[in-house]
Formats: sequence, C-alpha cells, structure tokens
Amino acid sequence: MNVWIKDLGLLINAMLIATPPLLYAALGSCFSERCGVINIGIEGMMTIGAFTGAVVAYFTGSGWLGFLCGGLAGAAFALLHAAASISFGADQTISGTAINFLAPGLAVFLCKAMFSNSSDSPALDVSSKLPKMLTGVFESGSFGYNVLSTYYAAWLAFLLAGVIWFVFYRTRFGMRLRAAGEHPQACETLGINVFRVRYICVVLSGFLSGLGGAYVTLAIVSQFRPSVIVGQGFIAIAAVIFGKFTPQGALKACLLFGFCNGVKSLLGANNTVSPNLISMIPYVVTILTLVLFVGRSRVPAANGKPYVKAR
Amino acid sequence: MNKKGILYSNALYTFMAIIVGFCVGAVLLAAAGIDPLEAYGKLFSGIFGNVKCMTWCVVYASPLIFTGLSVAFSFRTGVFNIGAEGQFVAGSLAACAVGVLADAPAPLHALLCISAAVAAGALWAAVAALMKVKRGINEVLSFIMFNWLAFYLSNYVVNLPAMRRTGGGEATKDIAGTALILAPQGLIRLTGCSAVNYGILLAVAAALIIWFIINKTTLGFGLRAVGYNPFAAKYGGINADRAVMTAMSISGALAGLGGAVQTLGMSWRLSQFAGQEGFGFQGITVALIGSSNPIGCIFAGLFYGAMKYGGTKLSLVNAPAEVVDIIMGTIIIFIAVAHIFRNFFVLKFAKEKGGECE
Repeated sequence: MNVWIKDLGLLINAMLIATPPLLYAALGSCFSERCGVINIGIEGMMTIGAFTGAVVAYFTGSGWLGFLCGGLAGAAFALLHAAASISFGADQTISGTAINFLAPGLAVFLCKAMFSNSSDSPALDVSSKLPKMLTGVFESGSFGYNVLSTYYAAWLAFLLAGVIWFVFYRTRFGMRLRAAGEHPQACETLGINVFRVRYICVVLSGFLSGLGGAYVTLAIVSQFRPSVIVGQGFIAIAAVIFGKFTPQGALKACLLFGFCNGVKSLLGANNTVSPNLISMIPYVVTILTLVLFVGRSRVPAANGKPYVKAR
Repeated sequence: MNKKGILYSNALYTFMAIIVGFCVGAVLLAAAGIDPLEAYGKLFSGIFGNVKCMTWCVVYASPLIFTGLSVAFSFRTGVFNIGAEGQFVAGSLAACAVGVLADAPAPLHALLCISAAVAAGALWAAVAALMKVKRGINEVLSFIMFNWLAFYLSNYVVNLPAMRRTGGGEATKDIAGTALILAPQGLIRLTGCSAVNYGILLAVAAALIIWFIINKTTLGFGLRAVGYNPFAAKYGGINADRAVMTAMSISGALAGLGGAVQTLGMSWRLSQFAGQEGFGFQGITVALIGSSNPIGCIFAGLFYGAMKYGGTKLSLVNAPAEVVDIIMGTIIIFIAVAHIFRNFFVLKFAKEKGGECE
C-alpha cells in the first residue's frame, strides 16, 4: 500500500514537471491559432525564452524576474511574427519557420558571445531558480513532498488555463478573438479592429511560450543548453490541435502528455525495457487516442489566411 | 527575360533577401566584437577556397536537396510535410539496416538499401496520410508524433546487439562497402574529399523527375488540383483521398531517399541521436528559398549545404556558427514579405512606362 502511494506520488511529480512548459506554450498557441494566425514559431519563442530566463536569473539572482523576461523575449519575437504575417500579409507558416531559425540561432549566438564561446549558460544555484512552495514541510521522498512541494509556477500554469478559458468564453475580447479567427471580414464590419485583436493574440502567444521556455531552464534544467527545448514547442502545437483548439482541450492534451511522461519515468527507473522504447509511450498514446477517440479537429476557418482590409 | 519579367521573378527577391540576411548577420557579428569581414572571409574561403571545400559543400547539399524536394512537393499538393524529419530518419535507418545486415554484390546491395529507404520514408508518411484520410486527423499533428517515433525507433535499433558496433561508440557497425554510393577512388583522390558520392546526381535526377510529374503529367495535375481546392477537384472527378495518399507517400519517399544518400554517401553508419538532426526542418527552408520549385530546390539546397559546411569553419575565428541560422532565418522572413516589395517595384515600373498594372 505504502509503495503504491509512493509510486503515485512519483507519477504525479513527474507529471507536474513535464506538463507546465507544454501547457504555457499550448495556451499561447491557442491564442494565436484561434485568432487566425498559425504560429509554428512557438518552438523558437520557447528557446529564446529559455535562454533569456536563464541569463537574467543568472545575473540578477531572481528566478521570477528571469521568468518574466523569458516571457517578454518570446513576446518580442512574436511581435516580429505578427508584423510579418499581419501587417505585411506574409505566409504565416513561412514567417513562423523563420522564427524557428532566428530565435534559437540568436539564443545560442548570444550565449556563446556572453560566456566565452560556450553554448551552455553557467548552472544556476537554487536561490536564483524559481521558488518551490511548502519547502521543509514534508519529509523528502514522501507523497506530500512529491505532490505538494513543487514550483509555484507549475500551479500558475494550471491556474492560467482556467483564466484563459474564462477569457475565451466569458469576455468580450474572447468573443472577438474567436470571431477574428472565423470570419475577419464580418468582424471588421461590426467595428472590431481585426489587426489589433490579432496583434494582441500573437504577442500573448509569444509571451506564454516564452514563459514555458523559461520554466524549463528555471525549474527543470537550471541552465540553458541548445538542446533544452528541442521539440517541445511542436508538441505544444500538437496538443492544441489534439485539444481541438480550445484551452480546456489543450489542458487535457498536455496532462495526457505529462501523464505518459510520468509513466515513462516510473518504468525507466527499473532498467528492464529499453529507454528508447519507453520514450515512445507519449507519442504512441497520442496517436492511438487520436485514432480511436478524438478524430477530426475543426481548424478555425480563417486560420492561415492573411487578412486584407480592403476587400 | 525582359525587365518586367525580372521584376516579377522570384529569383531577384530571393537574391535581395540573401543580401539582407548577410547584412543582419554582419551587424550581429560586429555587435559581438567579431570582425564581420574576417568571419565572412573565412566562411567564403571555406566554401570556394579550393576544390575540396566545394566538393564538401555539394556532399552536404545532396540530402538537403532531397528533403527540400520533399517539402516543396508537399507544398505544391496542399499538404505541409513537417514530417520530412521523421521520414528522413526512417529512410536512413532502413538503408543502414540493410547495409549492415544484408549481403549482396556491389551495385545490387546499394540499390537494395536505397529501395528500403524509399519504402520506409513512403510508409512513414503514408500512415499519417491514412490517418488524415480515414479519421480526419490533422497531418501536422501526426507528422510531429511520427518525427519523434522515428527518432526513438532509430536510437533503439542502433543499440540492438545485431547493429551496435563493438568496442565503444554509440553507433551502428559500418555499412558494408558494397552498399556505399561513393564515387570512384580516382575522383576521391582528385578532389581530396573522402565522401564524394553519387548523391548529387540522384538529387538532380529526382528534381527533374518531380518537376516533370508536377508540371507535365495527369497525376501531377490531379495532385495540384486537390491542393488548390479539394472540393472542386472532387467535383471534377478526382479521387481526393487517393490523391492525398499518393502525394504524401511521394513526399515521404523523397525524404527517405535523402536519408539513404546521407547514410550511404557521407556518414557510412548511423549514430545515436542526442536531438533531432534537423534535415527535415532545413528542408522546409530549402523549399521556401527555392519557391517550392523542384529546380529551385537544387540551387537552394546547394546554397544551404554550402552555408552549413562553411559555417563549420567559422569557429576558426571564434565566431559562433549559429550566425548561419540567423542569416537563414532572416532570408526566409524577407522572402515571406517579398511580395510587398514586388508590388511596389512592379507598380513603380508600370507607372514610369505609363503601362497597365495589375
């Protein structure tokens, strides 16, 4: 019985580690996809967020400040994506792909320029990482320690999912952003500034992705490495499609991913199965769930189409 | 080509974008305290310095031309093949497995490896296509999943006892000499590049074939029609589901072939990956620079290959090789907004001539 509870604690702990970065980025992706701008650059925005977060925390010693700056760095690149794809009517996939080269390239470039040609930033000590809650209350390794003594920023991600659901479905801005993604022309005739709504959403998507990236370096890895994000941004995009472009759906998808990661780390502890096979679990489960239960997800009608005012 | 034609053509704007990309890179290098002229000098002498360098650039380019073709073909048929990465890995894995485990005389063995890679790449894409056709699952989502499945499958197979090399090194045994697609010894000695291979010939041939399929055949017409508007194509009597299956399989086969060229021509074994290698994602760039035109992909692939190889020389002047990524990203973003400039120039030209403008 005790062993079971302990294993459950480990499982939830692993879930709480893997889910938040994906969730931040996926919630960001929701904003931009729903307002009608495909954002394939999430990956790059996460990477620059991860770098900025680690560097700011290293120099200032404040995890929270690093976290915030990570978000802002993501937002800056999102602004570039917004300018190209909204104001200049660029193909959104192309501009997003460009971000995926620019942002990680710049992150590693700056890292090498700042830290004498090393592509890894110096390791952060615990005091300059994000703070944990309820430290010292539970005995190390116990259920309570594994589940409750975790990063504030992890629970913030779940809280944000609720807030963003509220914004999407219970506020005027949410209604406008969903309308901008379905039928921008109709939106504009009702006096809504489609450009402004889309700009806000895309910048928010970058900000949230940047937070997700910063969470990785400030809570999980404690330093920036070029390989620190690799692929997570794309998985966040996958989670949004899986969740049918809703924040609550994205939350479920990210939890499923986090859960599979938990199973992965539990199974990986006793070296009987090849770690490479175990690592496939999240992807196989996603594919099976899609094929068996989820099926078609309806893409917002105006997604990917540059909006031209004078038509 | 007359003056107006040049203003309309993609090549001019691509060329402008490349110049802007280098300028942005120069600003960053200067900001980091590195002399841009010295760094670019190193980059270009690393590319054009001698025959050996140029040959290496071509060797680097061959697999990129294939993934570029794969993505370009998918763009032309209305699918976004973000899964070229996984198909490339599936192809290199299949080629490597046949190359290590099977036994056959020289040209036949290589052919077997290449066929296996083509089949593996096509299969990797066809499963995602089937999911799209039968269950309506967004291909971007399934491609991303399949990229990671290929990644871990490859690492799993590399570590199998039958494949893993003995005596250290996280890699497979060397592929049998009969399966390699290396150029004759004379050429290797002449160029001084140890990995000159037939990959570039295969890549050019593939580009020509794909160009022919897209532009000159009924099959290509059908695929493009479905890409433009699946409903209209269906109404016109084209089986849209089958077209999607065919298009995605061909796209996957091209990426798989690229994997074979990389393993049989350049790496001669498969190493355990630490992270995704990015041939597929770089293929997206190649396709974009080549404006989704198969022939354009040859030049774009050569350009990217040269930058990738030249970039490795940047460390000699302590310049981060990542400046290549930044240049590439800038180029893409400028290609993406190029139509603004085009409209501007074409309008201006039309006004000067007093002619009609669109």
